[in-house]
Amino acid sequence: MTAAPTIGVFALQGDVREHLHALQRLGVDAIAVRRPEELERCHGVVLPGGESTTMIKLARTFELLEPLRTRVAEGMPAFGTCAGMILVADRIRDGAPGQETVGGLDITVRRNAFGRQVDSFEAELEFDGLDRDVHAVFIRAPWVEEVGPEVEVLARVPASAPEEDAAGRIVAVRRGPLMATSFHPEVAHDDDRIHGLFVDLVTKS
Amino acid sequence: MSTEETPSATTGTARVKRGMAEMLKGGVIMDVVTPEQAKIAEDAGAVAVMALERVPADIRAQGGVARMSDPDLIDGIIETVSIPVMAKARIGHFAEAQVLQSLGVDYIDESEVLTPADYENHIDKWAFTVPFVCGATNLGEALRRITEGAAMIRSKGEAGTGDVSNATGHMRKIRKEIRRLQTLAEDELYVAAKELQAPYELVKEVAQAGKLPVVLFTAGGIATPADAAMMMQLGAEGVFVGSGIFKSGDPAKRAEAIVKATTFYDDPDVVAKVSRGLGEPMVGINVDEIPEPHRLETRGW
Repeated sequence: MTAAPTIGVFALQGDVREHLHALQRLGVDAIAVRRPEELERCHGVVLPGGESTTMIKLARTFELLEPLRTRVAEGMPAFGTCAGMILVADRIRDGAPGQETVGGLDITVRRNAFGRQVDSFEAELEFDGLDRDVHAVFIRAPWVEEVGPEVEVLARVPASAPEEDAAGRIVAVRRGPLMATSFHPEVAHDDDRIHGLFVDLVTKS
Repeated sequence: MSTEETPSATTGTARVKRGMAEMLKGGVIMDVVTPEQAKIAEDAGAVAVMALERVPADIRAQGGVARMSDPDLIDGIIETVSIPVMAKARIGHFAEAQVLQSLGVDYIDESEVLTPADYENHIDKWAFTVPFVCGATNLGEALRRITEGAAMIRSKGEAGTGDVSNATGHMRKIRKEIRRLQTLAEDELYVAAKELQAPYELVKEVAQAGKLPVVLFTAGGIATPADAAMMMQLGAEGVFVGSGIFKSGDPAKRAEAIVKATTFYDDPDVVAKVSRGLGEPMVGINVDEIPEPHRLETRGW
């Protein structure tokens, strides 16, 4: 791909603007996606933070769910943060009854795994492929409980986590063109490196 | 870890509190008084629920002192839904807020809908791990609440009326005052801060960014999908619906319609489609007909 890629941010609900800004700072043509025709223009898609139950419901109602599943199955790169990680996961624990996902990434995610909002936290963590630590913001975040054989683990919760059973949990993964983080790189100011990794995935695909 | 001095993970930071509100953007937060209503709200696509004993319309009708809800009620709602649960504390009632934090609510609304507990001081919200949302009728009020630690602002409107006019007025006023700050010369911001009765640093930040440093929702009188769409077009980043849903004829359908209209607020075809066949809206009261002392918007300062 030679020209700047078009990357869509799923814009049914959530922190869409923060993702659009991060992508724009990286020189990407970033667009908000609420309709199937907007999805068609995208070379890659970001699934933002927000409320996963709201997003999946709206995706089904507004006929975005099946087109998105098809594109992801065809190999379109996708990057999910927090709620977005839940959406790209093949399996959820502690979901709302009957909660669906877009799927594609061979992982099992536990929703609200770290607890309620009072347990939300920020921490420095090592991220595979980046030379310096990442400042990670976890908000009612999920974690990854199981990964399929081809899934690479990119980051784990450091030992300094507020809850003992959180330390060492998997919070960033990749398999082929699909990437997901439990935390929100889009709200950590002045650091677009993780979005940069995703843009590289889109550019190479 | 690169060094041994790496700070350990921290909870309750401004970024984590404000970030939580960022995740609610583009969504609808619904007042609920029972676990059954909370389930209806979650199924309809609410991003969060506000747990309370009486919706504002009933507080208005029944009168008396309105206080924090019974912990059993809040627990029941927390156990029933997987989405965030908010609850209201009286203005200035820091002990109610302490109780709500201990119950594990995800956000506290220091709300004018309840009877104020302190007519001078609001709660020092920096002292809490749980984040707070506060109401505002204008920019100065919003900035004073942020100074006290509010991590989210909502325009007050006039709760429990189903009359959207005050919400419109407050949202327009906040946005207009922000636009005015952007037109001022830098040396005029000192006086602007004095006039707004807000700290200079915060006023300067708003003048530069053209927006509040926290998420701005709207509340107070929203009863229809078109109401929600209008408030989003006026610059709200999301919507609180109080009495408007469960005081209407078909709450599940209306809740879902307001969620859809909030996402597609700028697409009249969608708003028209979801507005059909919703049954009776809440009856409502015209704000003009409420005597001044009974208006909730004047609580808080």
